[in-house]
Amino acid sequence: MTAPSQQKLKVKGPVVVTANRVVDGAVVYWTADREWSTDLANAAVVSTAPEAEALLAGARADGLHAVDCYVAPVARDQAGRTQPGNLRERIRFAGPTIDLLVTFGI
Amino acid sequence: MYRYDDFDRTLIAERVAEFRDQVARRLSGELTEEEFKLLRLMNGVYLQLHAYMLRVALPYGTLSSDQMRKLAHVARRYDRGYGHFTTRQNIQFNWIKLHELPDALAELAEAGIHAMQTSGNVVRNITTDQWAGVAPDEIEDPRIYAEILRQHSTLHPEFSFLPRKFKIAITAAAHDRAAVKVHDIGLRLHRNAAGETGFEVIVGGGLGRTPFIGKSIKPFLPARDFLSYIEAILRVYNQYGRRDNIYKARIKILVHELGAEKFAQEVEAEWVAIRDGQLALDQAVFADIAARFSYPNYLTLPDNPPELAAARKNKRFGAWLGNSVANHKVPGYAIVTISLKPVGAPPGDATADQMDAIAVLADRYSFGEIRVGHEQNLVLPHVAQRDLPELWRALDAAGLATPNIGLVSDIIACPGLDYCSLANTRSIPVAQELTRRFSDHEQARELGRLHINISGCINACGHHHVGHIGILGVEKNGEEFYQITLGGQADENAALGTLLGPAVPYAQVADTVEDVVKAYLELRERPDEIFLDTVKRVGIEPFKERVHAAE
Repeated sequence: MTAPSQQKLKVKGPVVVTANRVVDGAVVYWTADREWSTDLANAAVVSTAPEAEALLAGARADGLHAVDCYVAPVARDQAGRTQPGNLRERIRFAGPTIDLLVTFGI
Repeated sequence: MYRYDDFDRTLIAERVAEFRDQVARRLSGELTEEEFKLLRLMNGVYLQLHAYMLRVALPYGTLSSDQMRKLAHVARRYDRGYGHFTTRQNIQFNWIKLHELPDALAELAEAGIHAMQTSGNVVRNITTDQWAGVAPDEIEDPRIYAEILRQHSTLHPEFSFLPRKFKIAITAAAHDRAAVKVHDIGLRLHRNAAGETGFEVIVGGGLGRTPFIGKSIKPFLPARDFLSYIEAILRVYNQYGRRDNIYKARIKILVHELGAEKFAQEVEAEWVAIRDGQLALDQAVFADIAARFSYPNYLTLPDNPPELAAARKNKRFGAWLGNSVANHKVPGYAIVTISLKPVGAPPGDATADQMDAIAVLADRYSFGEIRVGHEQNLVLPHVAQRDLPELWRALDAAGLATPNIGLVSDIIACPGLDYCSLANTRSIPVAQELTRRFSDHEQARELGRLHINISGCINACGHHHVGHIGILGVEKNGEEFYQITLGGQADENAALGTLLGPAVPYAQVADTVEDVVKAYLELRERPDEIFLDTVKRVGIEPFKERVHAAE
């Protein structure tokens, strides 16, 4: 499939900006404080295309700490917490869906 | 084993030093991602969903026990304690950190292992028969040609920016275990009527979104000309291959659009100009490279020694012997395939502990040599038949004696959406569920040879088109669906599978495959008619009827 960072921006609900951290490739989210966090709970959440574009532009301006920035869907669970919005993002957030042969802390 | 000389060792060490500098400049911000991406992709480094992935070449699938120990060490020290053996005789580490990559590569270099030719638009790791040098049906050891090609193509300036990646595979046996017909170039070593050895040259094979079986453009190419002829093919491709559309950039599209005949004419025209130049294979050079492949000092041993006859009484050993052990060209020896497909595990994965265990067993029973095959299993290529019972006990203790080679649970699968940034759907859990459904190895043996190949997207890294049963994941409205094809094969009779019907959701894949297998049992004429032959004989329709009736 085409990498999400190469796809046309579509906003149909709450979204965040996500990327991979340069130093180790870890999944990171762009926060309202204009920095990267590995915790989705810290991500800035917006719901319109112009807001998403602005968020993305801010994130992309930081080319040093994170790469392959793109807008990803999220959802709110019953407790109001931000959760990944599709399977790909769930796997990025929580790791592979399979039991790893050897488990070390992420 | 092939022994690297000072030139090779220097080249690898310099490459690591160069990449160390590039990584440092990326981390400091001196290089942008756009600049760095090209450089990392020349060193086997990809960015996947959760981390960087390092793909390391195991040229022509041969490695020593010391190299295996080094892979285990890198898995432990720099990754999460395991690695994934791929369909192209490489190993991938899934959790490498960028700032530690140069150290990991430096450690690998100490053992003569590198990541060149594992990514980028270059000639990729040249693959061959995992039984090279030991198969009874082989004419010559194809690795000598693979090594010459490796040396010639590594960092070749003219071929460092091809339109797209370029994969070459070589077989020298009657039965093709290297899938040469689905490579950009497939070489099949054979003898002509005069008894001379030469290559049939096949071009334009490949899978991905536009699959093709390769076309034979030269029935017999004298071995002395193989380098110049491949150079000519690469030049024609470099000149005419498309660079404007990544989906049409592989040589298979060029061969298809020009037509095999016209393409062959272009190659011949280029080749005539260079065939008698410096690329004509010098016998002295050939002999020198051949001499750097060491072969074991085999003992004079009888076939079927008494130790084997006694051990056969153990049913589990007998099952493994019948399944995972093949004839060797030297009397008294055997080729042992180690299944990396235990029930419920990700296909092709091995833990660092397993790698170490295999290294110990290779030292003890296989002259310190190990192979990796395109079906994502490992091989101990030189085992004395009298040692087979002891070896089996050791493998069994390490969880490495699953007797399912070539059977329904010996699944080829790509990493899929659990790791891969290109995937649409998961592959590994589908494979895991299928191995559980077919966990009775005795029943699997009764089914006979049956290859299931699974890809998590159209790029087809799991070779689904050429699986006897092929499974391709597609995304539909955010849900995982899987198309199932029947009748593909990757050997000398390579063929693409035919679609069984509409894609089925994730939860129904294993049921559908079970229905296909039940249909096969109803349709086969004799117990020894393998699945593929039944599909060829009756076609897809009887399978469609039975599978849909079962729904």
